[in-house]
Amino acid sequence: MLYGKKRVFNTAIRYVILIAVGIIMIYPLLWMVSATFKSNNEIFSGIGLIPKKVTFDGYKNAMKNYGGDINIIKSMLNTYSYVIPKVVFTVISSVVTAYGFSRFQFRGRNFLFAVLISTLFLPQVVLNVPQYVMYNQFGWIDSKFYLPLIAPTLFASETYFVFMLIQFMRNISREMEEAAKIDGCNSVQILIKIICPMLKPAMVSCALFQFMWSSNDFMGPLLYVKTPTRYPASIFVKLSMDADTGFDWNRVLAVSLISIIPSLVVFFLSQKNFVEGISAGSIKG
Amino acid sequence: MAKKASSSTLQVSSTKSGLKKSLKRNIGFFFILPWLIGFLVFRLYPFISSLIYSFTDFQLFKGVSEVGLMNYEEIFASKKIMKAFNVTFKYAFITVPLKLVVSLFIAYILNFKIKGVNLFRTAYYIPSILGGSVAIAVLWKAVFRDDGLLNTALGFFGIAGPQWLSDPRYSLFIICLLRVWQFGSAMVIFLAALKNVPLDLYEAAAIDGAGKGRQFFNITLPLITPVVFYNLVTQLCQAFQEFNGPYIITQGGPRNSTTLISLLIYNSAFKTYEMGMASAMAWLMFIILTIFTAIAFISQKYWVYYSDDEGR
Repeated sequence: MLYGKKRVFNTAIRYVILIAVGIIMIYPLLWMVSATFKSNNEIFSGIGLIPKKVTFDGYKNAMKNYGGDINIIKSMLNTYSYVIPKVVFTVISSVVTAYGFSRFQFRGRNFLFAVLISTLFLPQVVLNVPQYVMYNQFGWIDSKFYLPLIAPTLFASETYFVFMLIQFMRNISREMEEAAKIDGCNSVQILIKIICPMLKPAMVSCALFQFMWSSNDFMGPLLYVKTPTRYPASIFVKLSMDADTGFDWNRVLAVSLISIIPSLVVFFLSQKNFVEGISAGSIKG
Repeated sequence: MAKKASSSTLQVSSTKSGLKKSLKRNIGFFFILPWLIGFLVFRLYPFISSLIYSFTDFQLFKGVSEVGLMNYEEIFASKKIMKAFNVTFKYAFITVPLKLVVSLFIAYILNFKIKGVNLFRTAYYIPSILGGSVAIAVLWKAVFRDDGLLNTALGFFGIAGPQWLSDPRYSLFIICLLRVWQFGSAMVIFLAALKNVPLDLYEAAAIDGAGKGRQFFNITLPLITPVVFYNLVTQLCQAFQEFNGPYIITQGGPRNSTTLISLLIYNSAFKTYEMGMASAMAWLMFIILTIFTAIAFISQKYWVYYSDDEGR
């Protein structure tokens, strides 16, 4: 009897903790959504979620141009104009690199693999200064095509993804590849026709993470985008916060919320891939 | 066609096929070639140049006029920079342990038979996905400003909350909390590891009379130490490089209480273009980070448990 009671009690405690933490995690986000519909006088007068009087002023003002020819929609288009190429290039270059490392023996392979792993621990802070100097020499600063942000992804620069894909490839059985080889497929055909279809979930995970990280990226555009009309959303949101903080919160919060809607949509459409991607990339084998 | 033509002469064919053989043997090299080029151009070259810059007074539009240890001397003499290193340590040593404990604790609870696991997991995970965005930094400011959401809530209970962001005693902790709040991805990793702990071990321990607490510390924790290690190292790397939170929310203030070293590096490199000085600070940070990572790696054998059967 006692045991049963204790068990019920323990379970109850667990749910209480989970719900309490859940509220801490989600309430600020819900509050943010509701605040965008409140008047500026109301926002900090209470903690409730339902506006006393619904107003769309925040959104109306959020759509206005700001500091010249840039508004939130345009800045978001700017963001995705480099995020999408980054995602595509990262997936392709990382798959090719991972294929080379996981399926072939060649001279220097083990050494290069060690180099690959060590770059996982190489902090970006150390690289920023010379990279800036280098891109400056290339004439890439404030490039129309966001070259400093996009170009490195052509070369599998984010080794985390290569590592993650190698982990996935290790678990793919090689029988099909052997069969394809006997049928006369060369290594490129094997990659495209055999490996890629089986690797699809991992590739989707890579694409999703790169999408989120690049959309959130603030430091990159801060360093390399100088012309206001080319500002991405991350910079635009920061600027509108600096300009309006203190009196126009519903506008600032509306701008912020609009800027993360695509990320939220992508996340809800593909939750499972994130969870699988994280757990597979980190620990296996 | 060309192949056939060349095979007519025996000698040519033998060297050709030798070349082809070595090409075929090293075909994998061609697949990693793009990465290797990228590594040399975008990683190794900048890595070495920043070390070299750190011994010069390189300024972007003026070039180099002096070479020596002066940047490092200046760093150790400057109270402001030393304080920034100090703040960075504080930041890392608050954020990383707190995040690990919270994420492990929540993962541990979620690992019981909980109804709606997926719902909870999603709720906890959303902040980690969005957390790096500027939008969330804006939200953080709205929550913790003097008359923000938190103090309004405290006001209902008759508590006058402190000025979280403008009081140097609290500001750094609020910046830390932003990252701790994003414990979701560490939690997902812990959860996956906890699922791999064999159930029969718990049953055996329960028969021996070990309570839940002892089971956790004597069975669960030792078995998941590899994941603890992984999370520790990755979080440490991230914490030492934190930039967005303090830059966007507090601009390093009040009274430099949230000026992490990354902010000073940014300022000297991209506001005053003192590339040499910025590189020296970055390298010092890198060396410190490397020492911590090395300690973690070396100490592994004393606390990280690796099972013998591979791929468990």
